[in-house]
Amino acid sequence: MNLGQILHDLLFDYTLRTVAMGSAALGLVSGVLGAFAVLRRQSLLGDAISHAALPGVALAFLLTMSRAPLVLVLGATLSGWLGTLFVITVTRQTRIKQDTALGIVLSVFFGFGMLLLSIIQRMPTASKAGLDKFLFGQAATLMSRDVVTTAALGAAALLVVLLLWKEFKLLSFDPAFMKSVGYPVRRLDILLTTLMVIAIVIGLQTVGVVLMSAMLVAPAAAARQWTDKLGRMVLLSGGFGALVGVLGAVTSAQVGRLPTGPTIVLYVSGIVVVSLLAAPDRGIVAQLRRRRRQRVQFAAEALAIHLLNHEGAPDAAVETAIAHLRQHLQWDESFAERVTRRTITSGLAERSNGHLRLTSYGREVARRAMAR
Amino acid sequence: MDRPLALEVRDLTVAYEEKPVLWDVDLEVPEGVLMAIVGPNGAGKSTLIKTVLGLVPSAAGQVRIYGQPYARRRELVGYVPQRGSVDWDFPTNALDVVLMGLYRKIGWIRRPARRERELALESLAKVGMAEYADRQISQLSGGQQQRVFLARALVQDAQVYLMDEPFAGVDATTERAIVALLRELRAAGKTLIVVHHDLQTVSEYFDWLMLLNVRHIASGPVAEVFTADNLRDAYGGRVAFVTPNAGSENGHLSEPQSLLSRGG
Ligand SMILES: Nc1ncnc2c1ncn2[C@@H]1O[C@H](COP(=O)(O)OP(=O)(O)OP(=O)(O)O)[C@@H](O)[C@H]1O
Ligand SMILES: [Mg+2]
Repeated sequence: MNLGQILHDLLFDYTLRTVAMGSAALGLVSGVLGAFAVLRRQSLLGDAISHAALPGVALAFLLTMSRAPLVLVLGATLSGWLGTLFVITVTRQTRIKQDTALGIVLSVFFGFGMLLLSIIQRMPTASKAGLDKFLFGQAATLMSRDVVTTAALGAAALLVVLLLWKEFKLLSFDPAFMKSVGYPVRRLDILLTTLMVIAIVIGLQTVGVVLMSAMLVAPAAAARQWTDKLGRMVLLSGGFGALVGVLGAVTSAQVGRLPTGPTIVLYVSGIVVVSLLAAPDRGIVAQLRRRRRQRVQFAAEALAIHLLNHEGAPDAAVETAIAHLRQHLQWDESFAERVTRRTITSGLAERSNGHLRLTSYGREVARRAMAR
Repeated sequence: MDRPLALEVRDLTVAYEEKPVLWDVDLEVPEGVLMAIVGPNGAGKSTLIKTVLGLVPSAAGQVRIYGQPYARRRELVGYVPQRGSVDWDFPTNALDVVLMGLYRKIGWIRRPARRERELALESLAKVGMAEYADRQISQLSGGQQQRVFLARALVQDAQVYLMDEPFAGVDATTERAIVALLRELRAAGKTLIVVHHDLQTVSEYFDWLMLLNVRHIASGPVAEVFTADNLRDAYGGRVAFVTPNAGSENGHLSEPQSLLSRGG
């Protein structure tokens, strides 16, 4: 299957278009809310919420025998919320630390959900099929009523973020100060967490409970690499989310019955790796290069100091010989050469028949460096 | 005292998980003083400030700002938290942080407008940080971050300021600049309550002092409170080198911080 065919199908094939729109919407919403989750150090909470949603899906189905998306999403929201509430209460009221509470919620709720799922699998009802897609996600089964639910809930969540933008910014940066000026911080915290729960549950069918938190955390972590502005980070994170959502959903829908969650994770990991490595400023490559440049610059100043110390002294002829420097300062050949070159290009010293001589600028820099 | 009390604390007890951190603390701060709260690490200085601001619940006792509970006097109070209380890698710039001091006045949903930006810039200028307005906050030095927090409090235009170690990690020049600013605020009739760690500079910078170590040790004018006896009570007899009420020129401690460890 070639790219042109896929593009054609995206535009004109009803099923594929539905799948793409649904996963773009959920990617956008989880990317935006994931940015706040990451900044508030709640990445693990996202994982616990998504796992905790599973028993809610199963129970909602058992109670209503319906697979209507709204019913299942409601069940997922309630049990995801219950899990969150448990984490918050336990951490506040007992000496149990948050990571422990998260671990308890994740495993207990998820285990219970798996139990219910296996019961459902054994039931003779015809409509039972398909709940297991909530484990690893199956974008191909998205239908237009799912997309409508996703879009409506997602739009509501995004609208709230837009309206309470500055409040959520302050909440994420400095909640103590926010409380001191009289904001209802607890309630805003609950609201933002609820939006996070919504972002998670609308992605469950497509991405699955096991890997949904990747949709929350990975786009945000990647976006943070590229910008120092909250607005841009949130937009970029939403954009990354939508992109990998569509890529993953379309790939998994096209390639047999490949589960969507792992496919999406594959794509988003690619974006994360590139961002970690190549982002300007915060990227690993940029940091290494900067550190190397600083090391050479520092060594050049050290060299200037060395020259200054021996200037006019009896041993000056020996100590300032370029060939001698390498040995004397214990630098290897290529580094010594780079430093010598840097010393000359930045105007600290001049080369005169095999010796380095400080310029007056170099003398001044050396004096100042020593005075530090 | 005919001046009104800017802050009044009565019988305040605060505990974290049943471990009392403040025991029955009383404090009266008259309007228009520049006050230091001094005490060893873990004495409860930060806790006292946070309790006044309603950030930490009290087990007993009451707090009054100009005679009213904090909730009613909120607009009169500005807060400078300890610098380490936030993540400075947050994606935002200095001006934006200062603007946060105006959010409550701006109100829900509305965004800061030109007018608010100008106020925030003015406030940054007052702490000598105007040219750093657009700087990403992680790229500011510790002292510059501290000044951004100060600017955020200034823009609140409060009557009473509570500051938690505004001099921590600040170089000597910046420290002088901040002190000058605090004096200006005092001259404008504001009350400043500052957690401070350097015993050497207490008499020079402040006119009012509270010594705290879980209990209220002493409080009042620096000249009355900054005595060897009180210091021994607060620090547990390990500050023999301090010469109380000496001018800062001849009262130097060689390593003031190392003497501040809690005794016994
Ligand atoms: N959130 C908390 N939970 C439990 N104990 C706490 C908490 N915050 C502070 N404490 C404890 O309360 C005591 C007082 O802390 P506080 O931060 O008020 O001291 P401080 O005087 O500000 O100290 P420092 O000079 O180190 O800033 C300490 O023993 C500390 O361990
Ligand atoms: Mg403190």
